[in-house]
Amino acid sequence: MSIQVKNINKRFSNFQALNDISLDFPTGKLVALLGPSGCGKTTLLRIIAGLETADSGQILLEGADASNLHVRERQIGFMFQHYALFQHMSVFENVAFGLRVKPKNERPSEAAIRQRVTELLELVQLGNLAKRYPSQLSGGQRQRIALARALAVNPRVLLLDEPFGALDAKVRKELRRWLRQLHDELHITSIFVTHDQEEALEVADEIVLMNKGQVEQVGSPLEVFRHPATPFAFNFLGTANRFDGKWARSGVLVSEDLLPLPPTQAIHTHLAEGGDVIAFARPHDLQIETNFEAAQGVRAKISRILAFGPMARVELSHATQPETYYEVDVPALSIASLNLHEGQAVRLRPSQLQVFPAG
Amino acid sequence: MSGMVGGIQAYQGADIYELSPATREPKWARYTILGLSLAFFAIFLLMPLLAVFVEALRKGWDVYWQAITHPDTGAAIRLTLLAAAIAIPLNLVFGVAAAWCISKFEFRGKQLLITLIDLPFSVSPVVAGLVYVLVFGAHGWFGEWLSEHNIKIIFAVPGIVLATIFVTFPFVARELIPLMQAQGTDAEEAAVSLGASGWQTFWRVTLPSIKWGLLYGVILCNARAMGEFGAVSVVSGHLRGQTTTLPLHVEILYNEYQFAAAFAVASLLALLALVTLGIKLFIEWRSA
Repeated sequence: MSIQVKNINKRFSNFQALNDISLDFPTGKLVALLGPSGCGKTTLLRIIAGLETADSGQILLEGADASNLHVRERQIGFMFQHYALFQHMSVFENVAFGLRVKPKNERPSEAAIRQRVTELLELVQLGNLAKRYPSQLSGGQRQRIALARALAVNPRVLLLDEPFGALDAKVRKELRRWLRQLHDELHITSIFVTHDQEEALEVADEIVLMNKGQVEQVGSPLEVFRHPATPFAFNFLGTANRFDGKWARSGVLVSEDLLPLPPTQAIHTHLAEGGDVIAFARPHDLQIETNFEAAQGVRAKISRILAFGPMARVELSHATQPETYYEVDVPALSIASLNLHEGQAVRLRPSQLQVFPAG
Repeated sequence: MSGMVGGIQAYQGADIYELSPATREPKWARYTILGLSLAFFAIFLLMPLLAVFVEALRKGWDVYWQAITHPDTGAAIRLTLLAAAIAIPLNLVFGVAAAWCISKFEFRGKQLLITLIDLPFSVSPVVAGLVYVLVFGAHGWFGEWLSEHNIKIIFAVPGIVLATIFVTFPFVARELIPLMQAQGTDAEEAAVSLGASGWQTFWRVTLPSIKWGLLYGVILCNARAMGEFGAVSVVSGHLRGQTTTLPLHVEILYNEYQFAAAFAVASLLALLALVTLGIKLFIEWRSA
């Protein structure tokens, strides 16, 4: 089922949680609402579910206005951040809950309930835990039970609030893959909220990047990662080196140094010469020029070299502004071939640079 | 309930504290503190309790038996049970409703409601009794109207029930509010999103998760309802066999120098206290 959000506004006393949000969630896709904490992503999810009401705007479920539809009529499966399992019920009863509370004429028979719950427990690979209580399960198991419980009522949409937030790093990684597989099997329209960019990039079909109650960018993980539309998007998705300076046609003037635009890159015609700009480069898109006397490149000093894996991370600070830091990823082998060492003065040149007007 | 859990954790903490030579206190310090608290306990708590039973049985079982089977005692027991039987269900419903709306909803005047619930704790029971006399008594605000319609509240059973409800008002709500606030609304929201109605959510999700706290509140409420003296004394009028509850009956007997009988009836209240403590212990053990 498709979900459309139209001009949603939400205020909490003097805090604008959502500012005129309009989005389209296509049928059968797994979409990530990504953003830092306080950006409004959970509020938006709760408004779609009906657990929160918007001050203005509309929620359309399958094209029909659902703004005034009660939560229980929206047929939405909602998975809470801390799972909200019913502590006094066994795993089986937790999953069966949605079936047991159905009105008498819709309620399946006891045998049908039993069969459905067993199926779902098999689906989440926890068939042997039916008799346990939530307090006897691990975090990852609880999460899967919460998912089975939400799926029991055949929801038209699945909404997941920070589904991996409460798990430790290893389990999280495993469950991500599992959730992706499950989604590929079920094809149910799903939205999940996360503040972890890696998680969003890895699991989602589409990413909605949010900041301060507004949508910054919408696109596939590749699009959003490769072509961030705003400085915020660049900064939030992965590590970024930031250069503040003035636009100078052939590059960015950072204090006295020219950060040259790589020759392969298209000229930014929309930028005014001499105007303030912010430029970003990923750590692997910066190169270290050992010739400190070179005409171009930002002067910097190597403060640390971390060479653990095949890629080494070089940490630098600006030559005259020591509180400005940069990170460069280079193959570990070139540390030796370039003879890099801590304390060395070098210049930085980008092989890929994204420039945005400042402000 | 949160208090109980905290107590158990604190106990485990003390255990670890005692086992480690790095943190263990010297023996004399431990025994002094233990001795002091045990002595205090014995003098102020245990001795009076024993005294009640010793005094009650001083003149033998026959006198004891006579005292507790006397028709006036029987009437007092019935009145006490009646007052409790009315006050507790009312407070149960009110307490759950108040705790529900305070912990699950945001509204104006919430703080005022919480303060009001505590009023019976902060005001002297005698004042509470007097207020009822002023309002419903013969010369009170509604006195004339009530006597015209031949309704008797003060110096009658309704007054006693009203006073009992007043003093036991906070017990259930006070027990449930922190518990329900700590539990939050996640489980209820989950239930509703799965299609449960408000009624189903309450019976299947909320009530089971607060049942021990609720029972605990009811037990405390019951103990207070049966043991209340001050407020009930003001509105009762002390009509023997008619408007005396157990605590009032004890006072009457004592004032008439029937010490053995007074203590015999008092021993019933002491037994009630022991039963209450026993149930309380059981609940703490079950809910831990």
